[in-house]
Amino acid sequence: MKARILGLSFRLLRRDWRAGELRVLFAAIVIAVTCVTSVVFFTDRIAQALNFQASELLAADLRIASNQALDEKYWQEADRLQLQTASTISFRSMLLTGQRSQLAEIKAVSELYPLRGQLKISHQAFGAGVPAPSIPERGKVWVEQRLMSQLGVGIGDEISLGVRRFIIDAFIQYEPDRSGDLFSIAPRVLLNLNDLAATQLIQEGSRIQYRLLVAGHKKAIDRYRNWVEPQLQRGQRIEDIKDARQEVRIALERSQQFLGLAAIVSVILSCVAIAMSARRYAERHLNTCAIMRCVGAKQSQITRIYLIQIISLGALGSVVGCLLGYLAHLGLYKLAGNLFMVQLPPSSYWPVITGVVVGLVGLLGFALPPLLQLRNVPTLRVFRREMGTLKPASLTSYAMGVFALALLVLWQADDIQLGMTVLGGLLLSCLILAVVAFLMIKLLKWLLQLPQLQHRRGVWRFGITNITRRTALSVTQVMAFGTGIMVLLLLSVVRGDLLDTWQRSLPKDASNRFVINIQPDQLDAVNLFFNKSFDESFNKSFNAGFDESPDENSEAGFDKTLNDSEKNSKGDFAANDVVPQRSAPPVRQDTRLHPMVRARLIKINNKSLMVERVEGDRAQRLAGREFNLSWAEVLQADNKITEGKWWSVDQTNGHSSQQTFPPQWSVEEGIAKALDISLGDTLTYQIAGEEVSAPVTSIRTVQWDTFRANFFVVAPPGVLDHFPASYITSFYLADEQTALLDRLIRLFPNLTVIDISAIMTQVRTIIDRVTLTVEYVFIFTLLAGFAVLYAAIQATQDARIRENAILRAIGASRKRLYQGLAAEFVLLGLLSGLVASVCAAAIGYVLAEQVFSLDYHVNIALWVIGLLGGAVGIGLAGLLGTRQVLSKPPLQVIKTL
Amino acid sequence: MSEINAQSGLEAPLLEVHSLTKQVADLNLDSNQPLVILSDIDFAIQLGETIAIVGPSGSGKSTLLGLLAGLDTPSAGKVLIEGQDIFSLDEDGRAQLRAEKMGFVFQSFQLLPAFTTLENVMLPLEIIGVADPEPIARGVLERVGLGKRLQHYPQQLSGGEQQRVAIARAFAPSPHILLADEPTGNLDRQTGQQIIELLFELNQEKGTTLILVTHDMALAQKCNRSLQLDGGQLQTSVNP
Repeated sequence: MKARILGLSFRLLRRDWRAGELRVLFAAIVIAVTCVTSVVFFTDRIAQALNFQASELLAADLRIASNQALDEKYWQEADRLQLQTASTISFRSMLLTGQRSQLAEIKAVSELYPLRGQLKISHQAFGAGVPAPSIPERGKVWVEQRLMSQLGVGIGDEISLGVRRFIIDAFIQYEPDRSGDLFSIAPRVLLNLNDLAATQLIQEGSRIQYRLLVAGHKKAIDRYRNWVEPQLQRGQRIEDIKDARQEVRIALERSQQFLGLAAIVSVILSCVAIAMSARRYAERHLNTCAIMRCVGAKQSQITRIYLIQIISLGALGSVVGCLLGYLAHLGLYKLAGNLFMVQLPPSSYWPVITGVVVGLVGLLGFALPPLLQLRNVPTLRVFRREMGTLKPASLTSYAMGVFALALLVLWQADDIQLGMTVLGGLLLSCLILAVVAFLMIKLLKWLLQLPQLQHRRGVWRFGITNITRRTALSVTQVMAFGTGIMVLLLLSVVRGDLLDTWQRSLPKDASNRFVINIQPDQLDAVNLFFNKSFDESFNKSFNAGFDESPDENSEAGFDKTLNDSEKNSKGDFAANDVVPQRSAPPVRQDTRLHPMVRARLIKINNKSLMVERVEGDRAQRLAGREFNLSWAEVLQADNKITEGKWWSVDQTNGHSSQQTFPPQWSVEEGIAKALDISLGDTLTYQIAGEEVSAPVTSIRTVQWDTFRANFFVVAPPGVLDHFPASYITSFYLADEQTALLDRLIRLFPNLTVIDISAIMTQVRTIIDRVTLTVEYVFIFTLLAGFAVLYAAIQATQDARIRENAILRAIGASRKRLYQGLAAEFVLLGLLSGLVASVCAAAIGYVLAEQVFSLDYHVNIALWVIGLLGGAVGIGLAGLLGTRQVLSKPPLQVIKTL
Repeated sequence: MSEINAQSGLEAPLLEVHSLTKQVADLNLDSNQPLVILSDIDFAIQLGETIAIVGPSGSGKSTLLGLLAGLDTPSAGKVLIEGQDIFSLDEDGRAQLRAEKMGFVFQSFQLLPAFTTLENVMLPLEIIGVADPEPIARGVLERVGLGKRLQHYPQQLSGGEQQRVAIARAFAPSPHILLADEPTGNLDRQTGQQIIELLFELNQEKGTTLILVTHDMALAQKCNRSLQLDGGQLQTSVNP
C-alpha cells in the first residue's frame, strides 16, 4: 500500500513537472539551497583546513610567543621532554636594494623550522614550489615573489637588511604558518636566525615577536604545556592548534556570520516565492484532488501523496542546490580565498546537511500549509467549482515556517544578541520597505484618478491599473526586488561614495608615511635629515647657510657626512656642527619626533586589570596588549581636550626647562570609554619591570584621520623620560619624493618606514574583495527576487490569460496588450528601483552623517542605476514570464471559461 | 455478466435509499426556513439495472447522484450499498467504497489537464493499487476507440473524445455501479448519441449497474427505469 502511494506520488510529481507546474517552486528551493550551501561549503572547507591542518598552520604542535626574548629554561625543559624545538623571530623592517627600499616582514628561523608542515620554495620566478630541504643558508634569504615587482629584484640579487647584505636564494611559494596575503602588508623575507644579530635590527622599542616552536608526542606536549603555563609572564602566551591562524579564524567567524546572514535574506525571499507558488500549485490541484477523491482516494492518501511529493521535490531541489552551491563556492573562493590562504581539504557533509535542512524548512514551512488543505477538498467540487477553495493565506498558517526561519537566522548568527538584532532589523526593513512600497502604489492609484489622466487610454494606465488592483501582490514583489537592488546599490554605489567622500575629506597634507624605530642616539641626525630634505624643496633660501657648497647639498655629500660620523658612533652624529642654530626650523613638514615607551596597563585605581573580565572585544584587546606611551609638553594641534586640563608650565615648579610636571596622564576619549576610565582615575603602567602610577587629568579627542603620530596615553615631560624609548614621526611625502626614503633607509638601516597610502590601498583592496564576496551572495537575493516575480506572475497567470483572451476577442491587438504588460512590469521595476534607491540613499545619509561624520552628497548614479536597473531587469523578466499569456488563441481560452 | 443477471432478483438490492433528505441553510436572509433540496426519498436498485434520474433544473438530480456516491452527506436518511450504510462510514471509508465499487462520468468530463489520456485512465487503477495499471487502461481506451490517442492531453481532444476518456476512466476499475451526471450535456446531438451507445454497450459488457442523471428523455427511455424528481421529491418510478 505504501509502495503504491509512493509510486503514485512520483508519477503525479513527474506529470506535474512535465506540465511545468513545479518550476518556480523548484527554482525557489534551488536558489535558497544554492545560496546557503555556497557560503557553508566555502566556510566549512576553510574551517576544515584550520582544524585538520592546525599543526601545519602553526608549524608546530605548540608555540610560546613573547614580545621579549624567551628564557633558556623553556628550551631546556623541551629538551628534557625530548621535544623538537625551533625558534622564530619576526618583525617589520626595511629592505634596501640599490636605490630602492621596501618595508618587509622579516622572519629569522632556526634549524628544523618548520616542525610541522612544509615550506615550499622555487628557484625561479613563478616556478612550482618544491619542499625546502632546510632553512636559508647563512648570507642568503628567501623572499616572497611580490618583492620582485616591488623592488625589481630576482634570484641571485643582493639586498640589504639592516647593515647586512644578503643574496636572494629562492622565492617562498608556501609558508605553512603565514597569514593570508591580504592581511600582511609587506612581503615576507626569511633568513637564518644566526644572521639576525649581524643586521643590528634588534633594538630598543622594536616590535618583535619571539616564538619557540615545539613538536613531539602528545603526552610530552601536554606535560610541557603544564610546565609552561605557570611560568608565563605578561606578554607571553601559549599558542596551540586553537590559535593557529587566529586572524583567519576571526575572519572565518565573521564570514560565517555575515555571509550566512546575507544568504538568509535570499532564503527568506525564496520562501516567499515558495509560499506563493505552492499556493497556486494547491489551487490548481483542487480539482485534481476532488476528482481523485471521487474515484476513491482517501484523505490520508491525498495527504501522503502531497507530502511525498513535497519531500521528494525538496530532496531533489536540495541535491541540485547543493551541487550548484558547490560550484558557486568556487566563485566565492576565487573572490575571497586569498583572505584565508589555506590549502582547502575536501568538504565535510555539513554543507549538504545544511542545504537539505534549508530546503526542507522552506518547503515544509511554506509549501505544506496550502498543500495540506487539499485533503479537505469536498468531493462535491466536481459538481460545483466554487466549493472547497483554499483558506486565505495568513501569518498563522505559515507560523511554523516563520519560526523555522527565525531559528535559521539565530543559528547563522551564532549569537543570540546578533541574531535577535538581525531578526529585528529584518522585520523593520520589511516593514519600511512594505510601507514605502504601499505608499508608492497608493500614489500611483491617486495619479490614476487625476482628471488629467482619467481619460487617457495609454498603455501606462493599463500597467498602473494592473499594479494597483493587486496591491498586496505588488507590494510583495516591490519588497523582494527592492531588497535585492537596495543591497547591491549599498554595496556598490553607496560604499564607493562613502570611501571617496572620506578620502576627499582627508586633509591634503595628511601624513602618508610613518617612520618608527628611531633610536635616541639618532635623533639629531634624523632631525637634520628631515629638516634638510624637506627644506630643500620648500625653502631653499632658509637653507642657504646650511648648503655651503653644492657638493654638500648632494646626496653623496650628505651620505658622506653621516657615514663619517657613524664611524665614531651614531649618537655622535654632530648635526649641530653643521647647523648649530637650527633649534626650530620653519620646515614645511611637521616631522617632530615623538618618543614612545612600551608599557602595559596593569591597574586602574590600584585594582589589577583582569583582561578576561573586561567587557567587549575591543576593550579586551586594548587591555591585553602593550601600549606605546609618549610624552609631550604641548598638546598636538589635532588633539582637543574634552575633560580636565592639559598640563601647563604653571604646574611645574617654576622651571619648565627642568620639565618637572607632576606625574599625570592625558587619555584619548575612545580608549577611556572602552576601558571605562574617567577623569581622576589612577592608571598604573608596567614599564621595563617598573610600575608607574599617575592620575588622569585630561581626556582628549584625537583627529586620527590626519594620520599624524598620536597616542592613546600621553604624559608630561619628566614622567617617562628615563625609560628606554624609541621615536616615531610622520609626514606627507609626495610621489616624486620617494627617493628621499631610500636615502633615509640607506643612512639609518634600522628605521622602519610604514607607507600609509599603501596600507590604505590594501585596506581598500580588502574592502573591495569583501564587498565583491558579499555582492556575490546578494546576487542570489536578486535571483530569489526573480523567483518571487515569477511566482507572482504565475499566481495571476490564469486571470491574465482570461482577461487578455477577452480583450483580444473584443478587438485589442496583441501589440497593444504586449505594451500593457511591458508597462506594468517596467512600472513595477521602476517602483522597486525607486524604493531601493530611496532606502539606499537614506542608509547612505545616516551612515555618512551620523556614523562617519562625513558630508553626504547626493549621487545621481544611485538613482539612475536603481531606476534603470529595476525597470529594464524586471520589465524584461516580466515580459518573458508572461509571454504565454498572449500565445494561446482567444477562442481556446474562452471555450474553457 | 450472465451470472450477475441470473442472480439479479434473487439477491438483496444492490443499492437502497431510505428517507433520504437534504436541506441547506437558505441564503435568503429573510427566510428562517432551511432550503429543502431532497425530501424523504426512497427507492432500491438491483444489480445490473440501468436507471435514469430525470427532472427539471434544480429538482435535486445532481444532489441525489452525489449522495448515492457518498460525495455529500444527507440531512437525514440512509443509502445502503450491498447492505452497507455508506454514511456510517467516515470520509475515507466512503472514498474506499467508491474506489472499489463505483465509477463516474461527468457532464464536464473532469479530466486532469496535466495528464495524458492514458494517465487519466490509469489514475483510479493507481489509487486502488492495481500493480500494473497501464495494460488495463490501454485496453479500455482501445475499446472506446482512442487507442491512437493515448499520449494526447485533454485539451488536444474534442468534447466527444474527452467524454470517451471519462467513460474509459470510469470503466477501467470494473465498478459495480456507474454514476453518470448528464453525460451528453456538453455534446452535440450526434456525438451525444455515440457516447450513449458506448455507455450502454460497456454497461452490457461489464454487467455494471448504471445510474444516470439526464434531461434527455430519449436517453431515459433506454434505461430499465426512470426516477422522476420534482422539487426535491420523487414523483414516480417509471418502468418504460
